[in-house]
Amino acid sequence: MELITTDICIIGAGPVGLFAVFEAGLLKMRCHLIDVLPQVGGQLSEIYPQKPIYDIPGFPTINAQQLVDGLMEQIEPFKPTFSLGERVNELQQLEDGSFITQTSDGTQIHSKVVVIAGGLGCFEPRKPAIDNLEEFEGKGVAYMVKNPEAYRGRKVVLAGGGDSALDWTIFLADIAEEVTLIHRGDTFRGAPDSADKVFELAKEGRINLILQAHIKAINGNGHLQQVEIIGRDNETSVIKADNLIPLFGLTPKLGPIADWGLNVDKSAIMVDTVDYSTNVPGVYAIGDINIYPGKLKLILCGFHEAALMAQSAFKLVYPDQKLSFKYTTVYGVTAF
Amino acid sequence: MINITIEDRQGHRQPVEIPEDISLSLMEVLKASDHNILATCGGMALCATCHVQVVEGSEQYFHATDAELDLLDTLPDAGHDSRLACQLRINEDMDGMVFRIKGEE
Repeated sequence: MELITTDICIIGAGPVGLFAVFEAGLLKMRCHLIDVLPQVGGQLSEIYPQKPIYDIPGFPTINAQQLVDGLMEQIEPFKPTFSLGERVNELQQLEDGSFITQTSDGTQIHSKVVVIAGGLGCFEPRKPAIDNLEEFEGKGVAYMVKNPEAYRGRKVVLAGGGDSALDWTIFLADIAEEVTLIHRGDTFRGAPDSADKVFELAKEGRINLILQAHIKAINGNGHLQQVEIIGRDNETSVIKADNLIPLFGLTPKLGPIADWGLNVDKSAIMVDTVDYSTNVPGVYAIGDINIYPGKLKLILCGFHEAALMAQSAFKLVYPDQKLSFKYTTVYGVTAF
Repeated sequence: MINITIEDRQGHRQPVEIPEDISLSLMEVLKASDHNILATCGGMALCATCHVQVVEGSEQYFHATDAELDLLDTLPDAGHDSRLACQLRINEDMDGMVFRIKGEE
């Protein structure tokens, strides 16, 4: 297990998380960033790298990826360190007020301050509205196929109409004893080849394909046993099932951060606009993930929030030092 | 004014008045009029938390665009009349339409 010690642990390496490194660096605070994505830049790199952004001051237009590259160059003097492709799981506050942030890969970051710059949050599987669904998670219900062999000789029900639903239906047809695919529509928008293959398998009787239907309920005794579905004529039928795999894509959620005792409103973290601190002393939230009266989800607002956060965080990182505000035009940028 | 009706998840209907010259999406109007939608991704057709159902309106509004369908097709509770409010620009011919809020809370 790796232990990293730093001044500020920043969760999220999007534009606002990256710029926070600069503002912290000016005040001689070191940063470590964690991001669930394998690269820096957050939404900008992952979703719209080639889209122009028009509201970055001083840049009439700049491509999203260019902005990320520029930010990386800007923070280079402050030698930030990164844990990419890792999701934060736990936050623990020690007796001296410092924090241990732990990632999904077991990396631990010991820091005096934690800054959540998580943007949209992390993408998690979208769950269908079935009352007792969570009761059967790990007991027959899973939202992704980790080990296809686990389904050998079993009765598997898949639900969904996207590529992953099609692909896993085709793949599991050769492994499972029985495969049923339930889809709310009567056509598939996934790859046409995969859709054709699924219709073919259904014709051959190798899978059960139930269209224009959805799952109403699931039952079992400690483990999933039955899936109840409502068909096109509103008739209910029951399918015996050992496993249910709902594949409805991903949706952005706060994730484990929601369990850290922070005040949350509409999936966003509530902050004090004086310094963008949360209700937990030492934990700040900046950028799209926070909420306050008048909040605007703009990159430039996140930059401002990062600057004020850094001034406040300084008092926690260097409690014995006096903070004097300095302009970069007067003092320049002093690298670490 | 463009008058539309919004039905919440409990089935309560509420009228919403929108100035003709407004250049906003239905999602932005819903947020501005304090309707309970998350709209997490801010209008990029990524999260589907602004999922609405067209209850009444002219034929053209029942058809989702490709960007919407990519996402709507993955939703467990989407129907043929489902749209993403963030992809619906407010237009004068929306007058009299009824939308039902479906997105997760």
